[in-house]
Amino acid sequence: MAHTAVTVEHHADPHGHEHHGPQGILKYIWSTDHKMIAMQYLFTGMFMAVIGGYMAYVFRMQLAFPGISVPGFGQVSPGEYNALVTNHGSIMIFWVAMPVLIAAFGNFLIPLMIGADDMVFPRINRLSYQIFLLSALLLLASLFVQGGGFGGAWTAYPPLSAVGEYNQTNLGSSMWLGAVALEFVAFLLGGINFITTLMNSRAPGMKAYDIPLVAWMIVIASILFMLSVGPLIAGAVMLLFDQTLGTGFYDPARGGDPVLWQHLFWFFGHPEVYVVLLPAIGITIDIIATFARKKVFGYKLMLYTTVATGVLSFFVWAHHQFIAGIDPRMANVFMVTTLLISVPIAELCFVIIATLYGGSIRLTTPMLWALAFMAEFLIGGVTGIFLGASGSDIYFHDTYFVLAHFHYTFFPIAIIATFAAFTYWFPKMFGKMMNDTLGKIHFWGTVIPFNFIFIPLFVLGIGGQHRRIYNYQHFPELAGPGMYRLREIATIALLVMLAFQLVFFYNCIMSWWRGKAAGKNPWQANTLEWTTESPPPHGNWPEGLPNVYRGPYEYGHPDREEDYWPQNEPA
Amino acid sequence: MAFPKPAATLRSATGIPTGRLAVWWLLASEVVIFGGVLGSYLMFRLGHPEWADAAAHTNTWIGAFNTLVLLSSSFTAVLAHQAAEKGDGKTAAKFLVLTIGGALTFLMVKSVEWTIEIREGFTITANGFWSFYYTAAGLHALHVIAGAFIMGIVAFDAYRGRELQRVELIGIYWHFVDVVWIFLFPLLYIAK
Repeated sequence: MAHTAVTVEHHADPHGHEHHGPQGILKYIWSTDHKMIAMQYLFTGMFMAVIGGYMAYVFRMQLAFPGISVPGFGQVSPGEYNALVTNHGSIMIFWVAMPVLIAAFGNFLIPLMIGADDMVFPRINRLSYQIFLLSALLLLASLFVQGGGFGGAWTAYPPLSAVGEYNQTNLGSSMWLGAVALEFVAFLLGGINFITTLMNSRAPGMKAYDIPLVAWMIVIASILFMLSVGPLIAGAVMLLFDQTLGTGFYDPARGGDPVLWQHLFWFFGHPEVYVVLLPAIGITIDIIATFARKKVFGYKLMLYTTVATGVLSFFVWAHHQFIAGIDPRMANVFMVTTLLISVPIAELCFVIIATLYGGSIRLTTPMLWALAFMAEFLIGGVTGIFLGASGSDIYFHDTYFVLAHFHYTFFPIAIIATFAAFTYWFPKMFGKMMNDTLGKIHFWGTVIPFNFIFIPLFVLGIGGQHRRIYNYQHFPELAGPGMYRLREIATIALLVMLAFQLVFFYNCIMSWWRGKAAGKNPWQANTLEWTTESPPPHGNWPEGLPNVYRGPYEYGHPDREEDYWPQNEPA
Repeated sequence: MAFPKPAATLRSATGIPTGRLAVWWLLASEVVIFGGVLGSYLMFRLGHPEWADAAAHTNTWIGAFNTLVLLSSSFTAVLAHQAAEKGDGKTAAKFLVLTIGGALTFLMVKSVEWTIEIREGFTITANGFWSFYYTAAGLHALHVIAGAFIMGIVAFDAYRGRELQRVELIGIYWHFVDVVWIFLFPLLYIAK
């Protein structure tokens, strides 16, 4: 056993780094450099976000103004409507939140934050992106095949998803399933890379509790993903066989059970919420510590709480099946575990608030995003209590209340936290500062309309508005002018929010083109990525990899003149 | 073209070599995949006692023979690891080739077995038991194929004395494939 445990660093040729690797255009598409792969994930994710946003625009227009010819799309047919909502959900979770929060920032930050020159398996990393790209292309292609894209909701419950005669999208369903499966493979490969890199490749002197929390969170999220996705992969194989070979795994008439899919799906699907939440919380706490100029309150508490959240998240999945005919006694058990998980999540929130308390807060654009994440996610978390309680869930199930609830969790995660991270690490990624005024305009132009989109949807949900309905004019009790007014408010707020994203793209391009040079450490932050050039060259630290002497959050130390103390500075 | 490994790959803060650590995490993800299939199968099997009639048509002797083949191939994988520990790449490659032989025997027996069963009308759509039978064993067979393929690459390198640590890694994976079969055999063949 011991022979392989040689860990000498002189095997790596420190001078070989500038010379190897592909040149020219291949540098961008065939690179094994973790930063380049992070960019590939980031830009693919942003591209998919634009498509997902466009889908939301089309179906929101149909909901508020049924039957109109939507500019840029045309009239929406019921089948197209179903395909739009299904793929909007799938894209935003699997092709936006996952690749951006975990893959892009994980790839960019983990090696830089732990003082390594790359991931431990650079070629597996490249393969992971290539499989991911393939999955994205397969999904996009599925929208254009005969019968159109899959329209059975992103949860793909059988029998609707299993039988072509029911869903009318024979090929689209199978391609959707294939795309999701490929995406899982990509993230399993990436996840193993992240976990192993964090465990093994830390800089000399960096102990477990010296790792920045965001790196921890991305890795814990990867572990959660890895341990929860397996049953769904198995379930997806069974669903694929039901679709293509005609087996009856989910067909009760032939000894199968459709609820099995719900169990397999949500055994993954609920931890998946925490898979994307944890990186978002990690990003938030890192940014808040930097801009409150204060040490994180309770680093270990935060870490242990995260682990507790992860463990608990494996025991809550059946709260999605309260009305699927499961045993009410089982529903009670899952209600208790579901409500229990709000304890560690509340702890995370209190840690963030306690970190803010008494800090000297700098309200930069990334800080605004981080604070907004906390405020908005809190609304999402609190409204979840109503759904976790099996009694009230019977009424709320599959209404817009549920929809508004999970958008109040996923929007802060996938959009607000991503913007926080993007604006915070933009100087490191591209070497230029972003325009702060434009950044703040974009911030307010996103966060205010966001609330105007989803607060009306809470009200509509309490009013009994069911999800997945193409046209509410067919339901007299849901077609009153009051309800239509709320739908119009939500749709118009969405249009405003989408329009403000142009400010963001303008800001990105202009800042990248002629922004102020960022220098190594524009935010006076402690973590290791700020000790190298912006953007970091191949190999990250050309003059030698750093050593670590202290934790990542030593802000405002009383013995020092500066209010920060980089991790690599000898005492 | 040799790929220059970054310093990150050669570090080991845990004391466990990076490759071995990654293989164990890979196996963790595999455990839950097979756990999903077998867990679903067990829940169904408990709810459908009549599946025992379908299971009665599986050939326990063929299954037992394949179990023996896989177990022996795991033994040669261990011998390959032992040779690699001593730095003897040629011997390691020889034992890996023997292991691949075991994998091919397993797959050959399996395809004959499936052909007979399909001819008798026990196809994947025949009933719930046969659906699980082909899905679970098919997923396992895919792992056997992938393992044999990768083992070929490792043996090729080991023969030239390169990347000898990989002999151990593919061995760990191979034992896992073996262990999965140890679960499949009683669940699909013996339980009647």
